[in-house]
Formats: sequence, structure tokens, C-alpha cells
Amino acid sequence: NYVVDLEASHHVYNRLTQSSNIKSPSVNQPYRTGFHFQPPKNWMNGPMIYKGIYHLFYQWNPKGAVWGNIVWAHSTSTDLINWDPHPPAIFPSEPFDINGCWSGSATILPDGKPVILYTGIDPKNQQVQNIAEPKDLSDPYLVEWKKSPLNPLMAPDAVNGINASSFRDPTTAWLGHDKKWRVIIGSKIHRRGLAITYTSKDFLKWEKSPEPLHYDDGSGMWECPDFFPVTRFGSKGVETSSFGEPNEVLKHVLKISLDDTKHDYYTIGTYDRVGDKFVPDKGFKMDGTAPRYDYGKYYASKTFYDSAKNRRVLWGWTNESSSVEDDVEKGWSGIQRLRMKQVNLRNKVLNSRSRLEVYGVTAAQADVEVLFKVRNLEKADVIQPSWTDPQLICSKMNVSVESGLGPFGLMVLASKNLEEYTSVYFRIFKARQNSNKYVVVMCSDQSRSSLEEDNDKTTYGAFVDINPRQPLSLRALIDHSVVESFGGRGRACITSRVYPKLAMGKNSHLFAFNYGSQSVDVLSLSAWSMKSAQIS
Amino acid sequence: MKMVVVMMIMMVMAMVSEANMIEQTCKETPDFNLCVSLLDSDPRGSSADTSGLALILVDKIKGLATKTLKEINTLYKKRPELKQALDECSRRYNTILKADVPEAIEAISKGVPKFGEDGVIDAGVEAAVCEGDFKGKSPLTSLTKSMQKVSNVARAIVRMLL
Repeated sequence: NYVVDLEASHHVYNRLTQSSNIKSPSVNQPYRTGFHFQPPKNWMNGPMIYKGIYHLFYQWNPKGAVWGNIVWAHSTSTDLINWDPHPPAIFPSEPFDINGCWSGSATILPDGKPVILYTGIDPKNQQVQNIAEPKDLSDPYLVEWKKSPLNPLMAPDAVNGINASSFRDPTTAWLGHDKKWRVIIGSKIHRRGLAITYTSKDFLKWEKSPEPLHYDDGSGMWECPDFFPVTRFGSKGVETSSFGEPNEVLKHVLKISLDDTKHDYYTIGTYDRVGDKFVPDKGFKMDGTAPRYDYGKYYASKTFYDSAKNRRVLWGWTNESSSVEDDVEKGWSGIQRLRMKQVNLRNKVLNSRSRLEVYGVTAAQADVEVLFKVRNLEKADVIQPSWTDPQLICSKMNVSVESGLGPFGLMVLASKNLEEYTSVYFRIFKARQNSNKYVVVMCSDQSRSSLEEDNDKTTYGAFVDINPRQPLSLRALIDHSVVESFGGRGRACITSRVYPKLAMGKNSHLFAFNYGSQSVDVLSLSAWSMKSAQIS
Repeated sequence: MKMVVVMMIMMVMAMVSEANMIEQTCKETPDFNLCVSLLDSDPRGSSADTSGLALILVDKIKGLATKTLKEINTLYKKRPELKQALDECSRRYNTILKADVPEAIEAISKGVPKFGEDGVIDAGVEAAVCEGDFKGKSPLTSLTKSMQKVSNVARAIVRMLL
């Protein structure tokens, strides 16, 4: 009788260091990514598009590879792949941000002008909200920004009773029918997490609404809230202030980052514009039970509406899973996450207990997608009723544990003789004895990823909402020290950080594998060697 | 006379309730006795709120790291055959002093305890790595074990701020 009782504590070894000697990154850098955004050095965390150029602002510590001394660093791109760095856009200069320029968001005003609302730390170490706007709108790179003398625009005081150390991360603002702007700011009151709403007619004078947009008792501090509309049908993006087309049904998404668990969660619901309230749909609760964009190492994400392509783009932050000393040695920490030579395999069979190496691809910097077809679904094991946490399922059963169906998937950043590997795979279970319903679990197992002991090698898992009678897709973006996995074309995503000592660079290998009792068909496997982008 | 008695009673009550703050807090940590001894021995302990208690523990981590670095320095002469491991420990403990401690102090003071948690957790990690490098023959065991214990207690208190 399996008792899955372990506490998969999500070790966030988010190390960022503040060292007074700015260390030059050592020459040998096997873990720097080729196509994921990261700063040249030191630490990182609103994205936007203006006049056809994408902007990424990120939290940066100019003094070291840990969190601290935070400023808004700035890079631009025309393709979201290659980036040009610019000097920091916002850094401490006034009482209202002298102790830090923390997270915030950009809003594009109706006349097209971008403005930024951000959290500043004042001389009393209180969290306040400030506005910044471009100094010169004719500069397409918007290098320089100026701050209003009216700052701070929103601040905790005795009247509003806002907790001065829990008031941060203003979202992109949106317009109501009454032509007033709304913005939400993350906060907490004891263990109640909430999104405080402020309204304004002119974007300068803001009034706190008596009620928050939404709250949840027990979830703790709500960081980095994000609130945006989505279409009920179809996949095009919706502009943040949109009321929708005449016959279009809009839903809204509220997303928060929970301080407690260091994960991002979202719920889908209805925005009551009269009461300025968000009402989650039935079955959704805005707490740690809500679904996540990514079930691995992923936090502080933010979307923006890409008006050039009518889509909504999501940026997330993935920190390091190595120790701080390693980060200091490397000289950098944190990445933001988004094809060349291609290898194709078709119609192969992966028998039970077999592996298939994929040759001809730069296995440390690749994009690989595989389509599996499972036969013999009736041979799937029945899932234990107590197995409700996919992360525990994956942690308890590593790849050496054979199931009826699975584990099958990919071994990435693998050394030739598998001393090191990261495995990303599926297991398929029957929901109940004699049932024709199935449960698909996707795992990202880092436990054998590196011979280095002091890394965070937590295993991640997620349920994937797909029908295993259909082909199952598994895609992995492999980039030296990060593996981003997508199950069922993105129905479940898991990001992880790994630091192999052997499986680096040219010594990195890629395998498809099947350690389940039944064969699995590989309908197709495509692997692209990824070119390195210009990141910084 | 009555006034004096009343005042003395009030003083005693105040002292008892301050002591209770430390006890209440330490009850929620993995090592009550260690927690109480670290906080009681510090003059700031009696009037600190949770943030303040967390900062005291970060200070203890700092002090312990400094002490360990001193010990490492004396060991270079006494145990020259251990140079490589001592070098690694020196790097690790310098990271605690130069990275983890300042990060934790800034984060706790400014209200983002999440990064404070990272800093104190890492102090324990760096100590464990240092210890592991001696492959069972460590001359620093009692100091590294101390750091891990203090790190665990500090983490528990920082988590109360989340």
C-alpha cells in the first residue's frame, strides 16, 4: 500500500548575492543560456511594446549576484529573441525610491504614451507607488525616464491602514466605462492576501477603493498581481482595457505570486465592472490550490499585450538552483524565459526498457518535440486515490520505477553513460479500476541532474489534461542550465534549473526513453539545434 | 508606597510578557532551546518584534561566520594538509558574510522576507558544503553544525514574516 507522504519542500535557493567586489564573470561559463534572457551579470526581474520595439525591464542588482540594491535594468528587442542592453531606466534618486526601485508595470495610455507605475522604497523603508514616464518619446528605445514630483502617488498612511511593508507590484492599469483608470497592488493583512484597487481619472491623482478587487484568507502576501481579459473562444490576445467585441464573451484572469510557496497561480472568472470585483468561476479559488502557469521553478511572471501581433505574451523569472557561492563564481543569477539545424525521426517503437539516442543536435542548446502514441491503454496501473499531488507522485517514483504505462519521455542534459541526466516524462494511470478515464502525470526529475551535491534538485510534477487515446506531445527547450518542458502542447509546463558537471556543452546527450512495461510508439521526434541569441 | 508596588508589578508583568514574545516565537522553530538562548542573550531581544528577532538571528549568523573564518585561518597553520578544503570553506563562509547576510538584512528591513529566507537558508547550505568537503574528517564540525542549526531557526522566524 503506497503511502505518498513526503513533503516535497520546494527549496528555493534563490541566491543572489551582494558582493562589494563586482566579480568579473569567469571565462568558463558552461551554464549561461544561449536563448533565454539573462543579464550579463548580477541579478534580475514590466515588459511592453512601443512603436514596434519590445522592452524588457528587469529587477537588477548592479552590485552582485543576489537580490539587493535593486534598479530597473532595460533591454530592447525587435524579435523577442535578440536583445540590446541599455542603461538602467529607473534607479534610486528621490526620497520616494531612495531605498529601492522594485517591481511595477507599464501601461500604454490611449494616446500611445507608455508610463510606468512602480514600487519605491522610501527613507523609512516603506513601500510606496510612483510613476515614471519617458523623457523623450521620439527615442524609440526610451532610454531615459523621468519621475513626477507628485510621487509617491499611492502610499500607506494612518487613514488607509495599508501595511507599509506589504504594498507592492502595481499592475498594468485598465479603463472602466466611467473613463476612470484602475490599478491593483499586491498586499496582505495578516494572512489575508489581497489586491488593493486604486482608481484615477488622470493617472496622477489616485484614490483607494474601499474594497479590494479580490482577496483570500490564508494565502499570505499577494505579490506581482496581474489582471487581464481573455476571449472565451479562440486564441487571440485581448488588450488590457478592452470591453470585448459586440458579440464577444470575455473572461478575466487574475494571477498572483504567492510569497509563501514561491509559485505563480491564476484563476479564471468574471470581472464585475460595477462593483470592481473579480469573481472566480466555480471551482477556482485564488490560493495555493489554483492552477499554475508552470509547475517548476517559475515566479513573478507578468503578461503584456503585444499590439503588433494581437497576442498576450507571458514573461516569467526562473532563479538559480545552485548555491550562492556558485552564483558569485558564475557572476550572474536568474534568467527570463522564450531554430536552426533540425533532426527528424519518424515512426519508431520504443520497447519496454529501451533508450534511443538522438544524434546530430547540439544537445545542450536544443528544442525537441516528440509525439508519443500509447497502445494497450488497458495495461495502465490504477492510480491510488490518495495520490492527489503530482509532485509527490513524481518524487516518490523515479524513472527506475516501472508502471504499466510509463515512465516514457526524454532524458536531457545527459552524460554518455547516464551518470547525469534530467528526465522529463509521462506516466499514465487509470482513474479507477475498470474505468475508461485516465490520468496523465508529467514529471521533471532533476534528482540525477548533476554530480554536484549542493544544488536544489527538487522533482516537479503536474497533471496534464489530455486524452491518452490521442498522441501525446512532449516538448523540451534545453539551454545549458535550464530545461523548459511542455506537456500536451502546453497544457502543463515545468521549468527547471540544472547544473551538470559532465553533461555540459559537447558532452551533453539527448535520449528518448521508455522504462514502462509496454511499448510506446514515437510517431515523430523533431530536434532543432538552437542558435545562440544576442542576449546582452 | 502603593504606587511603587503597582509600578514594580507592572515592570515585572512587562518583563514577563516580553519574555513570552521570545518563547512564543521560539516555540514555532525547530530548536526552541537554541532559539531562546540566542534571543535572550541579546539586549535587543526583549523589545523586538518578529522582524527584529529575525534580524538578531541574522546577526548571530554573521557572528558565527566571522568566528568560523577565524578558526579556518588558524587551521591553515595547524593542519596544512587540509589546505584545499579550507580554501573552499573560506570561499563558502565569505559568501555568507558578503552575500547572504547583507541580502537578509536588506530584505527583512524592507519587507520582502522571501529574499531574507533565501539568505538564511543559503548560510546553512554553504556550511554544509564546507563540512562535506572534508569527507568525514572535518576539524570544523561543531561550527558548521551550529551554522546549520542557527540557519534552520532563523528560517522559521523569517517565514513568520511572509
